[in-house]
Amino acid sequence: MSGPDTLVFLASHELRLGWRDWLSLMTAGRRTRARTATIALIVFAVFMHGLAYSMVAGYAGMGVVPDKTTLVVVTGTMLLSWTLLLSQAMESVTRAFYSRSDLDLILTSPINPRKVFAVRIGRIAVSVAVVAMLLAAPFINVLAMLGGVRWLAAFGVVAAMGAVAAALAVALTIALFRTIGAKRTRLVAQIVAAVIGASFVIGMQIAAILSFGSLSRFAAMQSDWLVARAPDRGSTLWWPARALLGDAGALAVVAGVALALLGASIAIFAGSFGDHAMAAAGVSNAVVRQRRWPLGFRRRSAASVLRQKEWTLLRRDPWLVSQTLMQMLYLLPPALMLWLSFRDGSSALVVLVPVVVMAAGQLAGGLAWLSISGEDAPDLVATAPIAARRIVWAKIEAVMGAIALVFGPLVAALAFAAPTVALVTGLGVALAAASATLVQLCFRVQAKRSQFRRRQTSSRIATFAEAFSSIGWAGCAALAAAGTWAAIFPALIAIGVLAGVRMISPPRA
Amino acid sequence: MHSPVERPIALALRGLSKRFERPAVDALDLTIFGGEFYCLLGPNGAGKTTTLRMVAGLLRPDAGSIHINGIDALADPVSAKQMTAWLSDEPMIYDKLTPFEYLEFVAGLWRIDAAAAESRARELIGWLGLEPHAHERCEGFSKGMRQKVALAGALVHDPRLIILDEPLTGLDAGSARQVKNVLIERVRAGGTVIMTTHILEVAERMADRIGVIAGGRLIAEGTLDELRKITGEQTGKTATSLEDTFLTLVAEQAAAA
Repeated sequence: MSGPDTLVFLASHELRLGWRDWLSLMTAGRRTRARTATIALIVFAVFMHGLAYSMVAGYAGMGVVPDKTTLVVVTGTMLLSWTLLLSQAMESVTRAFYSRSDLDLILTSPINPRKVFAVRIGRIAVSVAVVAMLLAAPFINVLAMLGGVRWLAAFGVVAAMGAVAAALAVALTIALFRTIGAKRTRLVAQIVAAVIGASFVIGMQIAAILSFGSLSRFAAMQSDWLVARAPDRGSTLWWPARALLGDAGALAVVAGVALALLGASIAIFAGSFGDHAMAAAGVSNAVVRQRRWPLGFRRRSAASVLRQKEWTLLRRDPWLVSQTLMQMLYLLPPALMLWLSFRDGSSALVVLVPVVVMAAGQLAGGLAWLSISGEDAPDLVATAPIAARRIVWAKIEAVMGAIALVFGPLVAALAFAAPTVALVTGLGVALAAASATLVQLCFRVQAKRSQFRRRQTSSRIATFAEAFSSIGWAGCAALAAAGTWAAIFPALIAIGVLAGVRMISPPRA
Repeated sequence: MHSPVERPIALALRGLSKRFERPAVDALDLTIFGGEFYCLLGPNGAGKTTTLRMVAGLLRPDAGSIHINGIDALADPVSAKQMTAWLSDEPMIYDKLTPFEYLEFVAGLWRIDAAAAESRARELIGWLGLEPHAHERCEGFSKGMRQKVALAGALVHDPRLIILDEPLTGLDAGSARQVKNVLIERVRAGGTVIMTTHILEVAERMADRIGVIAGGRLIAEGTLDELRKITGEQTGKTATSLEDTFLTLVAEQAAAA
């Protein structure tokens, strides 16, 4: 057996934890679901391979030395994907700092913390790379089956991208710690991660909107303007793209550089990781003083105090607010399009409708989980002399109020440009939000608000039902805004999803 | 002090049963009188918490009845809850609210007049030594402080029946003393307390009557002297402390089972 102070021992420990974490994520913590999860994964993998075939089959015969436009598109797509990996890696690093779990045990053990955190950074890199490889696998497999084994080199490139993302994520997060301190880093790192993850996609969409009036990011990457200004085909900038296309030499260089960067990051930062983790552990003990209100206790109904409590808790938790509002970043391109269309009097506003409705459904789902399932004092509320139905209504009102606050201004702005579209959007937002709330109500669990990040693992059915009902209402609103009666079909799908949810939701004790 | 027979009944459980994998509470009959401090003792898994959770309205019994101050708690839970308070060993409060805001929230849930609730909140915050922290968010509070905030929440609506499940677990001596004093004060003012605890010394000192529960059934009940007498008759020995008495009763129950 390995001695306790060895990297192998620690790595196997991390590997075991990582595996169990993943298994728990897949089976929502119930081992009996392992077989169901396996079948679901196989079905998903088959579906993804079919999807990948339809998307990339035409590119399988692409040469190792392609033209400049292809290099721009491949590199741009890689960069886009890499920003998402970087975002994911930053989330993982931040979690490693702020999740207490075994940190107390590790930091009080006689093991050299540098070794522990070296392994932990390595684990982050491996997990980011593995997830990326799994997601890329259907596309790479299809390309390899149709175009030859050279395409398997893409796995190496994806792994290298994961390693670089982890290295940079550690450096960025520690830089944040040193500049703004442990208390603010948790929130800021999360926002930075989300902005990084979304910025490239959003940036490309904004460029496409400004240039071509389209939401497609490929429109910008394939533009003559960009291709003309890109470096020559012989530039080292294209090595990752060449490696992806099967150039063994380029792959060796890319993998070498990635490993060197990860090694440097571990060597430089593993030593200070423990200090920052300890600083993060002290954050929860910080005293936050609220302003005294001069009026004293206010006379309000029970429903009113419940609504007010939900809004106060949400307002005072910027970490949760940023978690729930991050998806709103994706509303920026539609907002830009709205502004441009408003200015030009264009009829392109209809494309905004499904985006806004979908976002409302997703946001409402998160808020509904916080309000209904993420109740930190369930016994207090349950023992209060209020009918359970009134408590639930008050919580639904809190969610719908927050949705109205976020989407009201957007719908009001839309009303100036296109009143009918605004009316349809408003109805779509209300229906999507109500449906997502109903799904959360049917699948409510007892959880802590701090478990918000893992809400989707508690019920896969709820997650999919929430997504499908939002998609249904988004489709319905888009078609209704376009003035077609076909809108009724996605609406029926959404209603069907909700009916199914009501039927299969677990009985309440 | 009045004798129990002269007092109104604060809590009456008749044939109360709850089954999970096995019977957790098994046809339990229990009567607690107004103004009484009643301690429910029992080994782990005896059914104490399940019993109290049913009384508080957090669990629905499979069979039996619960009457709180004459109100059928299963038929009219809202009226029953209006006069009860529940406090568990794990204080459930909101990290992002201050103690003052928490008490305002609780008072709102119980629909207590705002002015009266504020005055009561200030009084409780003073009693429990929370004044310096009354306007700080609870997220940085120690276990003891959190428990004191939760206790203040339980008392701010002036409940007639206070249901406490291991309220002193994890508290330091000072905090435990403050909590005990507040509870004794509450009983002196006419309130009724039913409490589970593993700290037998607390039961010995504070309880008017003690009930011992095992296997979901009440196996003995009475004052400390009465319990000593029961065990003395059963074993032929004289038990000196509640600990001896309790262990003897539980051991006999286990042997009989």
